Amino acid sequence: MQKSFVMRNPSTLVFLGALAMFTILVTVLAEGSGAGLISTSFVKTLGKTLCLALIAVAMDLVWGYTGILSLGHFAFFGLGGYMIGMWLMYERTRGIVEASLAEAKIPPTAQEVTDAIGNQIFGVVGSSEFPIIWSVADSLALQLALVVLVPGALAAAFGWLAFRSRVTGVYLSILTQAMTLALALYLFQNDSGLRGNNGLSGLQNLPGLDHVAQSTVSIWFFWASAFALALGYLFAAWMVSGKFGSVIRGIRDNEARVRFLGYPVETYKLFLFTVTAMIAGIAGALYYPQAGIINPAEVAPIASIYLAVWVAIGGRGRLYGAVIGAAFVSLVSSWFTGGQVPDVNLGFYTVKWVDWWLIVLGLSFVAVTLFAPKGIGGLFDLWSEHRSPNRHGADLGPSAGSLQEKEAVE
Amino acid sequence: MNFLKSTALTTVAITAVATAANAADCPIKVGVLHSLSGTMAISETTLKDTMLMLVDEQNAKGGVLGCELEAVVVDPASDWPLFAEKARELLSVHEVDVIFGNWTSVSRKSVLPVIEELNGLLFYPVQYEGEESSKNVFYTGAAPNQQAIPATDYFLDELGVEKFALLGTDYVYPRTTNNILESYLKGKGIAAEDIFVNYTPFGHSDWSKIVADVVAMGADGKKVGVISTINGDANIGFYKELAAAGISADDIPVIAFSVGEEELSGLDTSNLVGHLAAWNYFQSAESDANTAFIEAWKAKMGESRVTNDPMEAHYIGFNMWVNAAEAAGSTDVDAVRTAMYGQEFPNLTGGTAVMLPNHHLAKPVLIGEIQEDGQFDIISQTEEVPGDAWTDFLAESAVLKSDWKDLGCGMYNTETDSCVQLKSNY
Amino acid sequence: MRTYVLAALMFLGSAVMTLAQTDSPVGPIQTVLQNHKETILKSSRKTIGPAIDAVVASKLPQARSMLNVWQSKNMWHHKPSGLFYQAQKAEGKIYRLLDLDTGDIVDEVDKSDLKQIKPNSGIRALIATALVRFQLEDPDPLIRAKGLTGIERAPDASLLKPLLASIDSETDPELKARKSRLAKLLTISFSDDGPARIAAIEALSGDLGLDVRGALNPLVSKVTKAFEGEIPSSLNVAQTRIPGRDEFTKAIAYQLLVDAGKAPAQITGDQIRVALGEHIDGGLVGGVPIVQLGDEDARIRAYSALATAGKVPPLVSDADIESTLSSFSFADIYAEPSPDVSKAAEAALSSISTRVSLSQTADLTLDALSLASIYFLAAIGLAITFGVMGVINMAHGEFIMMGAYTGYVVQQLIPNHTVSIIVAVPLAFAVTFAAGVALERLVIRWLYNRPLETLLATFGVSIALQQLAKNIFGTQARPLTAPEWLDGALVLNPVISISYIRIAIFVLALIFLGVFLYIMKRTRLGLETRAVTQNPQMAGAMGINPGRVNMLTFGLGSGIAGVAGVAIGLFAKVTSELGSDYIVQSFMTVVVGGVGNIWGTLAGATMIGFFQKGVEWMNPSNTLAAQTYMIIFIIIFIQFRPRGIIALKGRAAGD
Repeated sequence: MQKSFVMRNPSTLVFLGALAMFTILVTVLAEGSGAGLISTSFVKTLGKTLCLALIAVAMDLVWGYTGILSLGHFAFFGLGGYMIGMWLMYERTRGIVEASLAEAKIPPTAQEVTDAIGNQIFGVVGSSEFPIIWSVADSLALQLALVVLVPGALAAAFGWLAFRSRVTGVYLSILTQAMTLALALYLFQNDSGLRGNNGLSGLQNLPGLDHVAQSTVSIWFFWASAFALALGYLFAAWMVSGKFGSVIRGIRDNEARVRFLGYPVETYKLFLFTVTAMIAGIAGALYYPQAGIINPAEVAPIASIYLAVWVAIGGRGRLYGAVIGAAFVSLVSSWFTGGQVPDVNLGFYTVKWVDWWLIVLGLSFVAVTLFAPKGIGGLFDLWSEHRSPNRHGADLGPSAGSLQEKEAVE
Repeated sequence: MNFLKSTALTTVAITAVATAANAADCPIKVGVLHSLSGTMAISETTLKDTMLMLVDEQNAKGGVLGCELEAVVVDPASDWPLFAEKARELLSVHEVDVIFGNWTSVSRKSVLPVIEELNGLLFYPVQYEGEESSKNVFYTGAAPNQQAIPATDYFLDELGVEKFALLGTDYVYPRTTNNILESYLKGKGIAAEDIFVNYTPFGHSDWSKIVADVVAMGADGKKVGVISTINGDANIGFYKELAAAGISADDIPVIAFSVGEEELSGLDTSNLVGHLAAWNYFQSAESDANTAFIEAWKAKMGESRVTNDPMEAHYIGFNMWVNAAEAAGSTDVDAVRTAMYGQEFPNLTGGTAVMLPNHHLAKPVLIGEIQEDGQFDIISQTEEVPGDAWTDFLAESAVLKSDWKDLGCGMYNTETDSCVQLKSNY
Repeated sequence: MRTYVLAALMFLGSAVMTLAQTDSPVGPIQTVLQNHKETILKSSRKTIGPAIDAVVASKLPQARSMLNVWQSKNMWHHKPSGLFYQAQKAEGKIYRLLDLDTGDIVDEVDKSDLKQIKPNSGIRALIATALVRFQLEDPDPLIRAKGLTGIERAPDASLLKPLLASIDSETDPELKARKSRLAKLLTISFSDDGPARIAAIEALSGDLGLDVRGALNPLVSKVTKAFEGEIPSSLNVAQTRIPGRDEFTKAIAYQLLVDAGKAPAQITGDQIRVALGEHIDGGLVGGVPIVQLGDEDARIRAYSALATAGKVPPLVSDADIESTLSSFSFADIYAEPSPDVSKAAEAALSSISTRVSLSQTADLTLDALSLASIYFLAAIGLAITFGVMGVINMAHGEFIMMGAYTGYVVQQLIPNHTVSIIVAVPLAFAVTFAAGVALERLVIRWLYNRPLETLLATFGVSIALQQLAKNIFGTQARPLTAPEWLDGALVLNPVISISYIRIAIFVLALIFLGVFLYIMKRTRLGLETRAVTQNPQMAGAMGINPGRVNMLTFGLGSGIAGVAGVAIGLFAKVTSELGSDYIVQSFMTVVVGGVGNIWGTLAGATMIGFFQKGVEWMNPSNTLAAQTYMIIFIIIFIQFRPRGIIALKGRAAGD
């Protein structure tokens, strides 16, 4: 079975190999573990990019394969980050507070320790009480469980409501966007108990590991992100290769027909929506300790739209396309906003990339959707000579909006 | 584990050597960490331009320690995690000697761990909520006792306000400031029911209900005043609604902590004459240094541009850093920091700013009335007020003290005589 | 000794001589000012009183003009001579000095010798009060009105008499009514004549004015007090309170006694900890080892031991509190001594408060209507492009922004605000119409069958346009000022008011609704649009050019967004992010209302507006919560009516 799976998906093997090569290369060159040619900040950037690639894979599953354009997966990503952030913040603060209270003349009571931790964490937003959602923040195991459970539960609840009432297409997109906006606005409120606009910060400092330099921590997280991406990719590839994959592609291309064939379309969609939300949560939990801070702005609707754009640019309906899109766009973005790209002097006007980069990015979305719907991943088809047959403009299937070329080849 | 430890130590040693060598290396790099895109670009781009102007001026004067200064500008794009990433990049890739940057508190909290880990030096130019002290940050903007408290005193003493509406945008600066003010006002004998607090989202535009609520507060015959920590664009809708409701500054005065010349340039101020703002600097301050500063700014950016308080903070901070580096004979962070304490530099409003051991400045507090031309008429100017990192008006922080020079601690509990933590709280 | 005194006297004398010589005779008002020089230079409301009083008490004819000069920040201090002058800018840094007594020009000096006296608004209000006396009898009705405003802002007992005296001679009926109303208010607050006060209260009961409530409320303000034994009958008692009943808990009652110094304070946990820390005795505190003190019970034990030893104040137990409370009685006491007055005030206030809450509801309804019309205005363009054509245009918000910036640019070119708005509205329509047509031709028409990709492509256009606006106009907000006739608010009564600009937006929304209906139902374009949307092939077969119709329809929707942008810019702000603030809400409005039906959009906007104001009313201190709950409400609403409030039926519904 395993053999046939790999045989049917040579790209998976190639991808995993490339990822392994990349990981080894970075490890050898990084500051914390090798030659020091790659700075810690760049290792962090690469580690974060791998997390973004993971959520892009999830997005590709839900959009590229199932046809649900979710504009809410970054909300799940953020929730995962919040869940791990709560533990990191609690434990780090507990260490500081206990060390400081140990010097007091009278040993502190358990309540006093809790109050002092609450005061440290929430003092900045003018409160000192622990909200109820922090009740298990002292347990790593439980918070790790929440990393998948909270996004999963939200996705399941939202998905159940939405799919049940047959909200599809752009309506569903707008509804997921509204969900994301509501979540972001909720988190923005100080009363939400997650420190409002400030969010959770200092997440790069692992509790109890103060003596370990960030250069080392960054490599650990890089490995963890690479491992998670490998697993996530394998899982996604396995999901889309079998019968399950055929059904979800069927849903994408014509939902009604799949339903008439007797498949419980809603259950399929709900399952996929929930599972990808969980993957997004895991990606977020790995991402934010590398970023150092999570706050509601991360969850804003625009982030989820960017996610869709990465997948579109990379190439929908192929997993490696999503990875390429996420990595390419986020790295190029950080290069351009870094102020390191030389200005272009046109004589009458100097193009400063800091000002013009977003315009280039925006127009390139338009160009990709218009001229290269297969995205960057489409270039691989040229190389592997997987060309779609020239049908002289005739539609392949029933729904003109669907993307069918790949199936036509396979 | 030992292997890891020794690697880490070597890294630290290498960094230290590198930093020491840097002092002699030309050019000296000055990091500028202000958002040039995204929501905060509206405020922060001005500060980037200010820094570029200051660096150019210093280079014209011959640079620092015989070296040319080079500004390294990065764009954190109003994205808070990106601030941490860019700060790390500035310190470890570009190896800048000092960073001038940040506007929002959350962005500062984001870079704090990085700056402290890599022993960088940050000058933070914006008024903020206090309750923080980092060894690696110099706070050149106002602490609450340099803006909020004197402004509230002005309301109580000079305008005889008895009921307070504390309106703010929902984020940490208004939240903490309003907390401090609530506790301060209660200490001054204002009853809890005479304080109305409201938080609105960023960019809020529908103010009719809130303005009506504020007007209705006057029903028990007490004089009402508004203390506004409303941020950025939202002010425009707020003031337009105030003007439309016909509320004159004589009926319900509004004092704002986040409205300066820059914000007023987006408004027709003829209906707002007499409303107030509290800052450490106004463009209308009369001094020769200010006239020269404004002229240089307008020459660089255009006649219609205005100057504001955070710009003055960068002006003072940058010049103090230059002087401290000259005094220390090096741009090494620890040497410069030691030389910073007690640094004096004339501020643009006439007095002298002094850097205190708690990394805050002693600066005068100015209260200005809005005029028709969008400028402020300075109506009250105090002596220099020393900035206080930990407010005296909240029980938890009243016992805390920051003194990096003698105590070497930013969060020192005077009750237990112990240092709570060496790193800052983020 | 004598020589010293003599010398001193001579010195003093010569000093006076010099002063007199250089500054010729000092006028009488100048003398008064010189007597209070320090307080005037200090310029603080707390200390300025005597100076103003002295000016008024001097009864000099020039006192009034001098106070006016002072109030309008025109009084300057001439540092070399120490005298006060009115100053006018002559040229550059040279200022002309005018004598405050005579009004003559006496000198021209450099600005560096002068210091402007800037009375803050607290002082200006005091000066205004002092000026009232002069103004009440002034022949100019405008100045008399100004005097009345002065009284309204700072009611003062001393003003009652001059005000009453001026009523009879008042000729202007409007001012007369205002004067007698003010006189009643002052009577309520300051008169000693009980029956007159009650009469005034009764006369004003039912008046919604804020000042009436402002005068009445202090009469019914009360404080809870504790009494040992009987309550003195001399007090005006509102009600007696029993600890533990209603909201008057025993804790509150005991705290009242503690504050009054009649009972010992309860010992808090913090105090226990500190006290324990102070009594450490060789690893033991009160006989308890220190290591055990990380526990609440152990701390109490240790503390009790210390208390028994008399080292710390004893703990206050619940039984102690109970027994202390039983020996006191509590009552709410009116600050106003006369029971009749407070009773009349209570009655008047209760009749006012019913009317106030009715008016407040009406005011809230107006606010909600106004918010609904803003949402409707922002969404109406989308109702065409998304609702009718089914095109998801994420750049719709940027079209709104373009309209607002068009308004700004026009206002830069045409300074007259009225003319500039009249020009800006059609120009904004033209600009965004062109932009819409360009977008449709270049991007959207290739993607009619791929709605999800339209979403992405237009999103790309949206961020590009936003950044372009930043590059062109900078990141600062730009002013877009409404013409003067839109300033101010329509005041229906002191509680209900709505600004004219909001009314204008409401009217604009109605006009657009009319235009939309007219175009869709009565014109050929509308007919063709409906045909193309329902079945493009069939429409094409009937001789309609679907491409052209789509282009025009999309342009129309975009053009309306541009005009909406001008309106929104007038009421809020013009920034590059203006559009993104409205885009999600606008889509929600269209979806909730029901796609493809303008009445649905109207219903959606109304529902969202009212719901949001409702939440704001319930939770006035957190506006963010209102927006959050609004969106959650919409999500849930769509579960029950997936096709919106007004769903299309039959073939028009498509799929």
